Amino acid sequence: MSTPSTTTPIVALDGASRSFGAVHALKNASLPLRGGEVRALMGENGAGKSTLVKILTGVDRPNSGQVLVDGEPVVFHSTADSRDAGVAVILQEPTLFPDLSVAENVVMGRHPKRSFGRIDRPGMKKMVQEILDRLGVDLDPDRPVQGLSIADQQIVEIAKAMSFDARVLIMDEPTAALSGREVERLFGVVRALQERGAAVLFISHRLEEVYDIATVVTVMRDGEVVHDGPLSELPEDELVRRMVGRDVNQLFPKTEAKVGELLLDVQGLSREGVFYDVDLQVKAGEIVALAGLVGAGRSEVAQAIFGVDHATEGRVSMNGQELPLGKPTASVAAGMALVPEDRRQQGLVMEMSIGHNSTLARLGEMRKNGLLSPKKERDEATQWAKRLQLKYGRLTDPVGTLSGGNQQKVVLAKWLSTKPRLLIIDEPTRGIDVGTKAEVHRIINDLASEGLGVLMVSSELPEVLGMADRVLVMHEGRITAELSRAEANEERVVRAATGRAAVAEEIA
Amino acid sequence: MSTPVSTPAPAGSGASPSGAPVDEPRRSGGRRVVDKLIRARELGLIVVLAAIVLITGILEPAFWNADSLSDTVLNVAIIAVMTAGMTLVIVTRNIDLSVGSILALSAFLCGDLLAKNPDMPWIVGVLLAVVIGAACGLLNGVLVTWGRVPALVVTLGTMYALRGVAFLVTGGRQINAQDLPDSFLKLGSGSVLGVPTLILVALVVIIIFWFVTRDFAWGRQLYAIGSSGRSGGHAAKLAGLKSDRRVTQAFVISGALAGLGGAMFAARYGTVDATAGQGYELRVIGAAVVGGVAIAGGSGSVLGAAIGAVVLGTIQTALIVLKIDDFWQQAAVGALILVAIALDRLIANQSEALLRQRSARRRTAA
Repeated sequence: MSTPSTTTPIVALDGASRSFGAVHALKNASLPLRGGEVRALMGENGAGKSTLVKILTGVDRPNSGQVLVDGEPVVFHSTADSRDAGVAVILQEPTLFPDLSVAENVVMGRHPKRSFGRIDRPGMKKMVQEILDRLGVDLDPDRPVQGLSIADQQIVEIAKAMSFDARVLIMDEPTAALSGREVERLFGVVRALQERGAAVLFISHRLEEVYDIATVVTVMRDGEVVHDGPLSELPEDELVRRMVGRDVNQLFPKTEAKVGELLLDVQGLSREGVFYDVDLQVKAGEIVALAGLVGAGRSEVAQAIFGVDHATEGRVSMNGQELPLGKPTASVAAGMALVPEDRRQQGLVMEMSIGHNSTLARLGEMRKNGLLSPKKERDEATQWAKRLQLKYGRLTDPVGTLSGGNQQKVVLAKWLSTKPRLLIIDEPTRGIDVGTKAEVHRIINDLASEGLGVLMVSSELPEVLGMADRVLVMHEGRITAELSRAEANEERVVRAATGRAAVAEEIA
Repeated sequence: MSTPVSTPAPAGSGASPSGAPVDEPRRSGGRRVVDKLIRARELGLIVVLAAIVLITGILEPAFWNADSLSDTVLNVAIIAVMTAGMTLVIVTRNIDLSVGSILALSAFLCGDLLAKNPDMPWIVGVLLAVVIGAACGLLNGVLVTWGRVPALVVTLGTMYALRGVAFLVTGGRQINAQDLPDSFLKLGSGSVLGVPTLILVALVVIIIFWFVTRDFAWGRQLYAIGSSGRSGGHAAKLAGLKSDRRVTQAFVISGALAGLGGAMFAARYGTVDATAGQGYELRVIGAAVVGGVAIAGGSGSVLGAAIGAVVLGTIQTALIVLKIDDFWQQAAVGALILVAIALDRLIANQSEALLRQRSARRRTAA
């Protein structure tokens, strides 16, 4: 099913660049999408894949360069424009209308009509039901989307893309939240589209899937296209090397940790409909990774342990002392700190200065005669900036001007300055460039070797395998495997995370 | 329902990794549960309404005489018309505080026009009121969508500004019933086939907008916009919805219906000055909230809101008839709104938990 690459691409990106302030998210990138081709788009987080997708789907527009449809330059002013050109998109995080029914979510913006422009409800339901049947899923089209699992929401997104005969299907990590069976089903749909002559752009971090489905590949690094060619000519290790731009093994200089006394003890923690019966322990000096797919409930567990979210059942103890559920202040007092997943929303006050942000968690100690002492704040912030090798202009600059990695360091400084005994860190390197990533890893390693217990939620497999002393894998709200550093490998974690095989038995 | 969801599924167990697809009977249970809860809510309102009418009537039989009842319903008609427009705006996750001021402005200009031109057909006055209201609504909509200013702030501003304009236009004058043509006043007191004209107008407005929001793509898009607004509006953007245009249109309709409310006000009371309709905005929002329109957008129906308006209006009349202290009247209305909100929260939590459990069970079964 390979088409000669001389045919005019249905949609193409031609020399597109996009920058946000000083950050060049995309540099002179070209990418053709030809009918009958499944193209993989590979690259690390922050390589510019999302920006590229946004431009192809009309969410964003390039500063220079252009989008071509059937060889003609066009400007997608909105997603409606790109949809009219036949581009459908499935994003990693489903974007649906929670209050509306599954069927209405599928047809929104293109309701089938009957007389007087009324909505053809029976027709709408029948059409959506047919698509869902074709996908082989048991989902009621009349049911509201609210309360659906991420995987089911993803199915709705796929149904949406199928409901209009897309010529181009863009899938941004569509499989991140899907189980093995659901992935197979999705790939069946993709192959059917491919045979009908549609072009597919497939983004995934799972190499086996990429080699399974894709025919050609575009590799990106730091906003640039660094490779474009048939996938069969690019062996796996070579692909990874091009993505990362260096040898992967050197990335995690793991120092052997001296594991001390039990710090955190969680027993039977549950939250109705989100996660169930979570048992986990973290000892001093130990890094425990909580791995799994997006939507498996990892962040929710972390937040429930810290007390930002309510658990419905279970016990959380710190240093042998039981903590009340849902009370973050008690957790902080017991020596816990939580670095949240979303720095911009939950971790930092973006308009506030670097200095103020890094001392925000300890305002009480920054006082002198009842007033905040700028000198104390400055001294403290400078000390942490030095220790974490923060790259900044002045301490008075707003935090928003820093790069993602340096923002993460400020969040770390803020919480580390409270001298915690246990650090819960959610996606420590999401959206951070490769160089700074290694620094964040080094900092976490150093802290652990000083006796800090670390509970790390991470979706990045190399990070999990490289950093953790122990790996707990979650699938659909339950811990499905506990692996020691020696036992943990890519295959075992992925299997447990997708609920595919009995990793637990294998080990026992 | 008896299986507890928290039964731990054997971790990654089972001989077949994902299990063969199980053919279950198609379930529409999720929908049915939510439907039931919503219907229970509207039913509950009607039960409350019946209870109020019954109890008040028993305590004070005068409440049941035709005059008192028609009085209540006529007062409600104006609020109900405005509530229909407000519902459209709230569903998109916005709010319109300016409807009371729009009512005053349009009521006065409509009355003034007809008073000065007694031979003019009354419909011209009504149309003028609607057009003025629509223009004010357009101003609100443009400020909210183009200016990217929250609707609460914009309409708080226009609420005061338009009230100011009303004072400026009236110049302290007042229109009295004797200035107005009889044909117009008949609109407020007359009836068609035994149904008071104002009620008829309100019913037509409610039915039109109930259908528009239920059976037309335009109306469903309003719900979609409000529903996606909670998570930043990406879903609406990706679906290619023209959110700004829809929101502006919702404000224009809210304004136009407030204008129509103005004409109804002038026809019903005959007396109009710059303070007309003061505080109506909160009564209208209260009616929508009591009627189950979620202030966070995305859910609620025009019909429910109309029932909410009737319940609030009836309670107010009932309390007056029962000669309850003014303070307690206000407190009762406030309590009703709080109960309604608490009830909605409870229903939302319940149905969400139920739906979650269902998908969780479906997945473990698969």
